[in-house]
Amino acid sequence: MVQNKARSGHLTLLHFFSDYVIIVPILLLIVIWTIIAPNFLTYNNFMNVLRQVSMVAILAAGQYFMICTGYIDFALGALVGLCGIIFAKAMVDWSLAPGLAAVVALMVGLLCELVSGTLVTNFQLPAFVATLGMMYIGRGLCYVITNSYPISKIPASVAWIGRGYIANAIPWPVAIMIGVYVIVTFVSKKTKFGRFVYATGGNREAAHLSGINVNLITKCSFLLGGLFSTLTAIILVSRLNSGQPSAGTGYEFQAVIACVMGGVSLAGGKGKAPGVILGAIFVGLLTNGMTLINVDSNWQQVVQGVVLILAITFDVYKQRRQASTR
Amino acid sequence: MENNSGIPAAEVILDIRGLTKVFPGVKALDDVSLQVRRGSVHALIGENGAGKSTLIKILSGVYQATSGEFWFKGQKVHVEKPLDAQRLGLSVVHQEIKLVETLSVAENIFLGRPQCKSGLINWGAMRREARRMVEDLNIKLDVDMEVSRLSIAQKQIVEICKALSFNAELIIMDEPSATLTENELECLFDIIARLRSKGITVIYISHRMEEIFKVADSVSVLRDGKHIQTMPVAGIERSQLISLMVGREIGNEYPKLPARIGEVALRAEHLTNRKIHDVSFEVRHGEILGFAGLVGAGRTETVRAVFAADSLTEGSLYINGTPVKFHSVRDAIRHRIALIPEDRKEQGLVLGMSIKQNISMVDLNNVCVNGLLSGRKEQQLSIEMIEKLSIATPSEEKEVRQLSGGNQQKVVLAKWLAVDSDIVILDEPTRGIDVGAKAEIYRLIGMLAQQGKAVIMISSDMPELIGVCDRICVMREGTISGSMDREHFSQEAILDLAVS
Ligand SMILES: Nc1ncnc2c1ncn2[C@@H]1O[C@H](COP(=O)(O)OP(=O)(O)OP(=O)(O)O)[C@@H](O)[C@H]1O
Ligand SMILES: [Mg+2]
Repeated sequence: MVQNKARSGHLTLLHFFSDYVIIVPILLLIVIWTIIAPNFLTYNNFMNVLRQVSMVAILAAGQYFMICTGYIDFALGALVGLCGIIFAKAMVDWSLAPGLAAVVALMVGLLCELVSGTLVTNFQLPAFVATLGMMYIGRGLCYVITNSYPISKIPASVAWIGRGYIANAIPWPVAIMIGVYVIVTFVSKKTKFGRFVYATGGNREAAHLSGINVNLITKCSFLLGGLFSTLTAIILVSRLNSGQPSAGTGYEFQAVIACVMGGVSLAGGKGKAPGVILGAIFVGLLTNGMTLINVDSNWQQVVQGVVLILAITFDVYKQRRQASTR
Repeated sequence: MENNSGIPAAEVILDIRGLTKVFPGVKALDDVSLQVRRGSVHALIGENGAGKSTLIKILSGVYQATSGEFWFKGQKVHVEKPLDAQRLGLSVVHQEIKLVETLSVAENIFLGRPQCKSGLINWGAMRREARRMVEDLNIKLDVDMEVSRLSIAQKQIVEICKALSFNAELIIMDEPSATLTENELECLFDIIARLRSKGITVIYISHRMEEIFKVADSVSVLRDGKHIQTMPVAGIERSQLISLMVGREIGNEYPKLPARIGEVALRAEHLTNRKIHDVSFEVRHGEILGFAGLVGAGRTETVRAVFAADSLTEGSLYINGTPVKFHSVRDAIRHRIALIPEDRKEQGLVLGMSIKQNISMVDLNNVCVNGLLSGRKEQQLSIEMIEKLSIATPSEEKEVRQLSGGNQQKVVLAKWLAVDSDIVILDEPTRGIDVGAKAEIYRLIGMLAQQGKAVIMISSDMPELIGVCDRICVMREGTISGSMDREHFSQEAILDLAVS
């Protein structure tokens, strides 16, 4: 008995807004900054914001899969650092072609995440422990490999990735970010893998009893974390024109903020990929406006912390309401 | 306000006046008014989705009514949260078990108000009190055991103890019997009788008619959110009650379709693991094999082992005569076995997903076009299954979390019937399902057998097993203690084998 089917039609707009509540604060921010920050509403500034958020947003795609599967990966930021160092070193010290260097960096990223994924699935370690450990290992290796000195003299041939424009208008990182999210949205909505991720994060036991290989799905999510860390790392190296051992510090948390702001539930099994870009844009706009009106960068961190807590409070509140309707 | 139930005002403990509850797209309760007499056992019945649980949740402060009010002990009360209700003396054993899995039985019973002595938890007193309560129910249960290690039935008992521990004057039990076996049920009835003799009022929700006649003094029928009628149980016919509930006559409660019993489809030999010992049985194409036994007798463990959800230390399986070995649940599914698990919330469903997504989950290839999920095919499949099982929902997009208990159970069935398996194993398939829908499900099970599938059904509902099965295996303490053919079925014989 599918009662009154017509209803579902006129609920779509409502659904859209409840899925992407984040649009409201974004519009609010735009209005506020337009009023108080003089140079805010310009094309250049807008592209600037997008370029700034693009790296965290791309990394957040990895975090998105992790959170949907029911985990948080604390190592992603450190892997951005490590993969960047490997990428830079491969080109500068080992004189590998950029393409090959990227592949080497990717292998390192995937390997680290495979280790975390195996610890979490086959050895049943809490993800918190495995990824935190991996975070220290990754960051430590960054400093060990570089002796704490940045790697410079990056070949000019990779400059376009971080600093170039398409048709002199759209920065490459922004284009890559959009490409990534088109694919991620497609994968999570249209492929079996995407559905398996949601099912695994939503109820591991039920997914297992439905014949879903939950360990494999979990490992794949980790590997995607490795993939997006590497992509972020490459863009960052190109943008900074060097391999910085501290690169990507704190990105993993910013990625979590972007996910949570974008409506991805920390409880797992729920979330829409486009929301994550919006979440990242929100954070970017917030920082950008504060910079324009000269808010001290230390204070900006405080504000980010407040935003994170608010976002998670909102998420917890939503879950609590759902739980009470059981 | 008029009092049309004929109960003297002084004897009314609970007076519900015009309660309405609207959820997006559903009117779960529609102007419900009824009175409950102090010290009586008052049954509440209705089909799945009729609004029973919603009514209870409003009384206990889980939901707020859209409109209407209720009076408790002669006073109009405002219950905003469960604690308010408990303080008033109104406790609920909810349909869905809500215990803290990592705490002990005793801790769960006294959750939120541990027994204290000078500010510190008095473990001794708490354990003693908990043990006394469990013993009061005539049940063996270690109060120090962690709840996660208990069976569903045992968890249910903890829930009942918890509700009792509030010194409630009105205890509402939402389908407490759904998870209990005959023996445990007798205990429950004892408890209820004891409560009544102490003047405590009980509201009792159940889909099992025979229980209503056994325990209740009066009964209220809800249908589609409306209160249809309240009447004393004495002098009313079972069939009358059913037709009030369903709104039409349902013929045979246990329809048995003729099926041709063929070759052996699945043979299990000497299955052994931590929970079961040397279990052997076979089931034929077109045959419905029942598994009877007490909770904890190893029935669930047996089918889980067949399905490779649990591992085996010994034993072998044959499908259509060929030996098979499953390394994973996927393997079992690939060999066209389906297992509909007993615990819909933990094992059967992803509560946060839509009905549609739950139904298509087992074989996504069914709803794929060129390897990609097709929203249209998925919708078609789910609407087909929703109609086949008459799942009451405004749309296939609804989160299963928001469905009534019985309808959730139907989604689990739908999910597995959507894949075409040869061997269908059902673990307590009608738990929490109303009479009308039960008959539907028996018919569906019969149809599966007719199509030549082998069906294994575990149930703690004996009339159901006797009505539906061709053969019954009885389990006791992890082994099969006997089996019998349809012509030898009797409750006594089964119970005999189940308890030795
Ligand atoms: N939180 C909710 N959100 C939306 N709809 C809901 C919610 N809870 C219940 N409903 C709807 O309200 C109706 C009544 O549900 P309820 O749980 O009260 O039924 P019930 O009589 O207890 O059924 P059952 O015997 O299956 O347990 C159903 O149609 C259900 O889908
Ligand atoms: Mg109910």
